[in-house]
Amino acid sequence: MSRTLHGVAAALAVMLASSTAAFAQDPSGKLVVVTSFPKDLTSAFQQAFQKAYPKVTLEVLNRNTNAGVKYLQETASNNGTDLFWASAPDAFEVLKGANLLQAYKPKVEGIPDKVGAYPINDPEGMYAGFAASGYGIMWNSRYMKANDLPAPKEWSDLAKPVYYDHVAISAPSRSGTTHLTIETILQGEGWEKGWRTNKEIAGNYRTITERSFGVPDGVNSGSFGVGIVIDFFALSSQASGFPVEFVYPTVTTIVPANIGIVKNAPNKVAAETFVDFILSPEGQEVLLQPAIRRLPVNPATYAKAPADYPNPFKDTSLGSQVNFDVEVSQARYNVVDALFDQLITFQLDGLKAATRAIHQADAALAKKPNDKGKALLAEARDLVAAMPVTAQEAADPQLAGAFTVERKSATDAVPERQAQVEQKWAAFAKDNYAAARKKAEEALALAR
Amino acid sequence: MTSLALTRESIARVRPGPAVAAVLIALFLLLFLVVPVVQVIFVAFQDKTTGSFTLINFADFFRNDLFMRSFWNSFYVSAMSVVVASALALPLAYLTTRFEFRGAVLIQSLGIIPLIMPPFIGAVAMQLLFGRNGTVNLLLRDHFGISIPFMEGLNGVIFVQSIHYFPFILINLSASLKNIDRAMEESAQNLGCHGFRLFRRIVFPLAMPGYVAGASLVFIKVFDDLGTPLLLNVNDMLAPQAYLRISSIGIADPMGYVISVVLIVCSLLALWVSALAMKGKDYATVQRGGGGLARRRMKPLELVAAYAVVLLILVLVLAPHIGLTLLSFATIWSFSPFPDAFTMKHYGTVFLESGQYITNTLLYASLAALLDVVIGTAIAYLVLRTKLPGRQWLDYVAMAALAVPGVVLGIGYLRSFYDVPMPFTGQPLSGFWLILVFALAIRRLPYALRACTAALQQVSNSLEEAAENLGATKLRTISRVVVPLMSGGILAGFVTSFATAAVELSATIMLVHSQSDAPLAYGLYVYMQSAAGRGPGAALGVFAVVIVGLGTYLSHVIIERGRRERGQDH
Repeated sequence: MSRTLHGVAAALAVMLASSTAAFAQDPSGKLVVVTSFPKDLTSAFQQAFQKAYPKVTLEVLNRNTNAGVKYLQETASNNGTDLFWASAPDAFEVLKGANLLQAYKPKVEGIPDKVGAYPINDPEGMYAGFAASGYGIMWNSRYMKANDLPAPKEWSDLAKPVYYDHVAISAPSRSGTTHLTIETILQGEGWEKGWRTNKEIAGNYRTITERSFGVPDGVNSGSFGVGIVIDFFALSSQASGFPVEFVYPTVTTIVPANIGIVKNAPNKVAAETFVDFILSPEGQEVLLQPAIRRLPVNPATYAKAPADYPNPFKDTSLGSQVNFDVEVSQARYNVVDALFDQLITFQLDGLKAATRAIHQADAALAKKPNDKGKALLAEARDLVAAMPVTAQEAADPQLAGAFTVERKSATDAVPERQAQVEQKWAAFAKDNYAAARKKAEEALALAR
Repeated sequence: MTSLALTRESIARVRPGPAVAAVLIALFLLLFLVVPVVQVIFVAFQDKTTGSFTLINFADFFRNDLFMRSFWNSFYVSAMSVVVASALALPLAYLTTRFEFRGAVLIQSLGIIPLIMPPFIGAVAMQLLFGRNGTVNLLLRDHFGISIPFMEGLNGVIFVQSIHYFPFILINLSASLKNIDRAMEESAQNLGCHGFRLFRRIVFPLAMPGYVAGASLVFIKVFDDLGTPLLLNVNDMLAPQAYLRISSIGIADPMGYVISVVLIVCSLLALWVSALAMKGKDYATVQRGGGGLARRRMKPLELVAAYAVVLLILVLVLAPHIGLTLLSFATIWSFSPFPDAFTMKHYGTVFLESGQYITNTLLYASLAALLDVVIGTAIAYLVLRTKLPGRQWLDYVAMAALAVPGVVLGIGYLRSFYDVPMPFTGQPLSGFWLILVFALAIRRLPYALRACTAALQQVSNSLEEAAENLGATKLRTISRVVVPLMSGGILAGFVTSFATAAVELSATIMLVHSQSDAPLAYGLYVYMQSAAGRGPGAALGVFAVVIVGLGTYLSHVIIERGRRERGQDH
């Protein structure tokens, strides 16, 4: 009995010793990755990585980005996760702000500082970009043919009456990627004009989905024709055989998808190895697989890509139109989300009714011009586009305070509660849309 | 010898058994329901600036147009779903229990399947069949130039929810109908009551406990369900509003938790109202020899009509699963009435990748359902048969679980159990797979509890008294008389808990700590995040449905055989 015990203890000791000895160079053990990426991507990397480092067991946990961030926050006291691996840079900003990441400088050479106008890596090294993605428009060609719709090219195309009730997007408060799309339009066109574009497009929405993947999923099935999506959703759908197409509008941002090592990672060595692996030529090549289709951040990898593969490092028009300002985006992050929800998502019926009336009046006036009608129609459009807050107000920390996670101290003044602010905005939108609809109907009556 | 007699005597007098059971159950509920939930929802009562207690957030709730609109929408959808679900369930339950009907067991089992609507994939299938550009509407538009807005807005939610949850009524109502004393019906007939009048005045009122149990479950479940509205992109309902707020990053807004509290309170209210409706009536039947309504033969014409009705309902309620099956064999299915081509490939993928998910699911769901029926039977017994003070609260608290959003429970478990290290391994307790079983059990306990309560309501007290008079101990009476008589209801509870736990996602997704411990719903979630995963996801969904369907069928067969052996059927 005791001999066996001794034997076991001795064996354990040997194992321990050997594993500590090997620790420095050779990564081993369990590596836990929390990710929002689909199985297609994770399992491809998993296979490639396990082949290169057979001693490491990669454990992949799928959570959507929000749930992943929540999970890391809730489990921080006894952290068991090594890596966080997701698209939206702002999710990493939240983790960084909560001090849940640790800095690491990847050993891989040859990765540029920027893709398009967006920095690839976090300046403090808390997270690193490993693949780039841009936002654009995806459509189902069977649907477009059946409904006689032209292929869109620019964001503003989606505001055209012909697309009424055919477009879908996911709510920016639910999807970090959509948030960036909306923010890109706002930065590219300015606050007032940007919101005008956003709302004119929104008037054509068929639906606003709760998950980012809801949009490509709906376009794939043909529930709606046109979706505002991140490129890889469209490219991978295409590669899976769905009759869909995709275009990058001129105003778009190419943003990196990221990976970051979690603070107090149980297996730091393996985590660092994994980061270096996915940035290595070998890892970057995985991104080119048809079911994944993301843009590598290592420019050398494009040499192995198919002919028509978008290359943001060569095609300078891609994503360089807008100089995306991360700080501006950060300052008004929650405000933009809440504005979109209160003015668009939860008022969609009113907004669509107003938009429909405007489209009808516009068509009638084109046939039978009428100055008073035109003036009324312009007023209606302005009512729809009107914003309850200016760009300055949106960036005001006072307002942002109503939405922040936690008050820093008891003395921090929070002038209004979030629910109050939201109710105010919702009432503003509701009244404006109703008034706009009335004006447009008057204009229509004049053109009859 | 003396001591034994003494103990027995004292047991007879003080009856510590029920009290001990009550305390154990209370502890379980406290530890795995109340504490985790309170950990999360106390925010609703907290002033954001000062951290002190406040009700201002509730005032905000009632002053907010969106929340009030959501509230009424939820109410309307739930009420309408009960109506539609009743219309689906009544014919099936009545025809299969009241008449000699070939394939009654099969129909009863198929009727459960809609409850197993795997997350995500069910809604995709419904859109493909009934959506604006789904099979039905594409065909209608091609041939008749019309389309029917099945899936638009609140209509869509009512449509899907009634199909999804009508089995609650079917199961409980059927169980009740089977338990009605035949003598009642025969006496009515002897007194000249026939046909619809017999059903309306005698049969249906006697089956009320089952119907009310089912209907209240449907109401509450629809009221609290967030998956369906979210997947149909209807977000101006209460549960989705709560979920959207709780699960967005960067918003520590109390409103999400306020809505959760409102949901819990409304569910309890609905329950209280249904209890009120049942109050003061005695549904127990003494004679248990008869074993349910006499089964009658139908005239040929009636038989044809009955089969037509049953078939129509079955096709409608199984539509999501028909769609699911098509999808699992489809190559590409996009804006066309039917898939472009068919393939077996997806099953191959799932077969290679997902064995672990299936075994985990079977293990978790059956453990959870077992736990549920044990606790459910115990609570039902304590509430209906003992005079313990506060016993009603066990019922209320257990039912409140119905209204706790899965996300809230998930986060609550993380908060409560993450810092507790497990003995020996030192891993966080919340990572232990048994915690997932507890979460599933708590979430599904209300189903089992309602089924068990309804079953016990139909067992007459005098049967127990008779057993005790013949010298049986309390425990023996319960195990040999009460539980066997309740078996139909207990089975109904087990089946509903098992079937729904097998596809539960919202709590699961927060609590899965390693892939090897993940259940099927998690696997589905993973597949359904990518275009290439749709087919394999559907295939996995089909596996889920088949497994749970087979389980249900087997338990029906077993219980029917049991009846026959006890000579209750002929």
